[in-house]
Amino acid sequence: MSDATKESGGTGPSHRHVEIGVALFMALLALIGIYGSVQVGIGWGSEGPKAGFFPFYVSLAVIIACAVNLGKILASADEGELFAGWDQLKLVLAVVVPAAIYVAIIPYAGIYVASALLIVAFMKALGRYPWIHAIAVGVIVPILTFLMFEMWFLVPLPKGPLEKLLGY
Amino acid sequence: MLEDIGNLFHGFAVVAQPFNLLLMVVGIVLGVIVGVLPGLGGANGVAILLPLTFSMSPTSAIIMLSCIYWGALFGGAITSILFNIPGEPWSVATTFDGYPMAQQGRAGEALTAAFTSSFVGALFAVIMITLVAPLVANFALRFGPAEIFSVYFLAFCSFIGLSKEPPFKTVASMMLGFGLGAVGLDQVTGQLRMTFGVEQMLNGFDFLIAVIGLFGIGEILLTMEEGLSFRGSPAKLNLKVVFHTWKELPRYWLLSLRSCLIGCWMGISPAGATPASFMSYGIAKRISRNGHKFGTGQIEGVVAPETAAHAAGTSALLPMISLGVPGSPTAAVLLGGLLIWGLQPGPLLFTEQKDFVWGLIASMYMGNIVGLLIVLTCVPLFAAILRIPFSVIAPVILVFCAIGAYTVHNNTFDVIMMLVFGVAGYFMKKCDYPLAPMVLAIVLGDKAEEAFRQSLLASQGSLKVFWSNGLVSTIMTLGLVALFWPVIQAGWTRARVLTGKLRAAE
Repeated sequence: MSDATKESGGTGPSHRHVEIGVALFMALLALIGIYGSVQVGIGWGSEGPKAGFFPFYVSLAVIIACAVNLGKILASADEGELFAGWDQLKLVLAVVVPAAIYVAIIPYAGIYVASALLIVAFMKALGRYPWIHAIAVGVIVPILTFLMFEMWFLVPLPKGPLEKLLGY
Repeated sequence: MLEDIGNLFHGFAVVAQPFNLLLMVVGIVLGVIVGVLPGLGGANGVAILLPLTFSMSPTSAIIMLSCIYWGALFGGAITSILFNIPGEPWSVATTFDGYPMAQQGRAGEALTAAFTSSFVGALFAVIMITLVAPLVANFALRFGPAEIFSVYFLAFCSFIGLSKEPPFKTVASMMLGFGLGAVGLDQVTGQLRMTFGVEQMLNGFDFLIAVIGLFGIGEILLTMEEGLSFRGSPAKLNLKVVFHTWKELPRYWLLSLRSCLIGCWMGISPAGATPASFMSYGIAKRISRNGHKFGTGQIEGVVAPETAAHAAGTSALLPMISLGVPGSPTAAVLLGGLLIWGLQPGPLLFTEQKDFVWGLIASMYMGNIVGLLIVLTCVPLFAAILRIPFSVIAPVILVFCAIGAYTVHNNTFDVIMMLVFGVAGYFMKKCDYPLAPMVLAIVLGDKAEEAFRQSLLASQGSLKVFWSNGLVSTIMTLGLVALFWPVIQAGWTRARVLTGKLRAAE
């Protein structure tokens, strides 16, 4: 991996920092878990261990494991390894951002229209396809999924104003 | 025993119904596609296609889903050999010798060897399942909560001790999985916990969402980052090459047998297909006379990992159907399917759902035969899929992941959670946190907790209940051995080095 980043000549966040971030984030989740467990009781009740008993110890284990992992990272020498180059992360964001918009508009536009928009935008922006190709794929895939799920396997998917207009 | 054989034939009759045969073929084809595409794999492929089976009978549903799994196992080999891209983690070891063979123009030979060994490995594992599963299930009927918990304990400990990832990272990711699984309704007291008043958290985190997010979205992000361009060898497979390779393969029967055994062993313990394939490749390299030539295109280097991976992938279903403890994430998804279709996984399946269990086992036999035929004949077609550019494939996979996540509970909030899991999966994967234990912990969390609390309730809170009789003590001790395996191994090596030094000193 480091070879690839060297070749592109790029810089990026250090692997070490991301590792530390991930460990801290997990520990944070575990702290929330401990808080939630204590709320419902972690001791011994009339029906045996209370509801928070198991999650409490599980969260405690996460914190201990994260502490060990953190200790290991801090104890090791910083070799300047990159997590990923900025140009690589840009590509990753180029998926995450449209995907986030996509899941946000599904409840309003319905899954078929949202999917069509996602595919067209993706092919246009990243693949640099001509409009005609992007629109063709963007229309055909949702229609096929519609046939497959709603017609053949009878699984209803979220629908928006367009489907209502067409009478579904 | 005889009764089991009768049941098996009854199972074959169920599978041979035209509708089920059709589902089998559809399943295999979908499975190979899933296995070939980056970002889709056995576990999330099955998870995404799970909703298609909601309106089917459980037996037809499991036939289709398990066939998707077989297909995915076969599909991984195609991309490894032709494109040097492992479609699945367990086919990484296949690239070592498979891709060099393809570069030398021996792609047909490598593919035939890979498919045939996959088939042999799977067949071995299925026969093992046929013989062993009913016995295990029968035995397990007598299990109390303490024994059940000890089985879970063994399963999770072997994850920590046997996986390649750093043990404390495995612990962190597994325990986080248990924690996520615990959110929502407490099964024992019926109390709500850790929901913090958020309505969407009432149902907890569904593991299917986690599977689709962690494996599906996470994998797309990884692929995107690597900016893969697929350039592969031409895929041609004619009958002459197939028969020629088949004539050659029996020579490696010992290698196959060893790989089968490694695969079955690793598959039953939840370490899974990936380490099995590496281990089998490693041992073959050490033992074989051509060991030093491994990596330059040795057919043995394809046979060993493929046989083991398929044997492991198949035998991962043994604990799933006989104990209700899945041996791999894909088996976990199938287990989730059982719950959705209204079946209770566990040893009782063998007595209460005979049609289902034996239909599944029969479909393993048939599915692998059909799978072998399909992949041998359709390789060029599947290879063509990989030539579709990623900028077209990626959004389509995203759409299917979203559909899969939505249909689990008909809830758009789950689609958002899927994306969150996806980003988390990307970071975890990049930092060497294994994802499989997390998924299994989310699935099994409730059950493991229930067994744990019931045992403690019976013993008034004393942990001695887990060492109260021979059976439970044995399983628990095995679990501890698996847990501390790296330490034991290190200690053993050090002891040997020490005695060696002492002898040298004498």
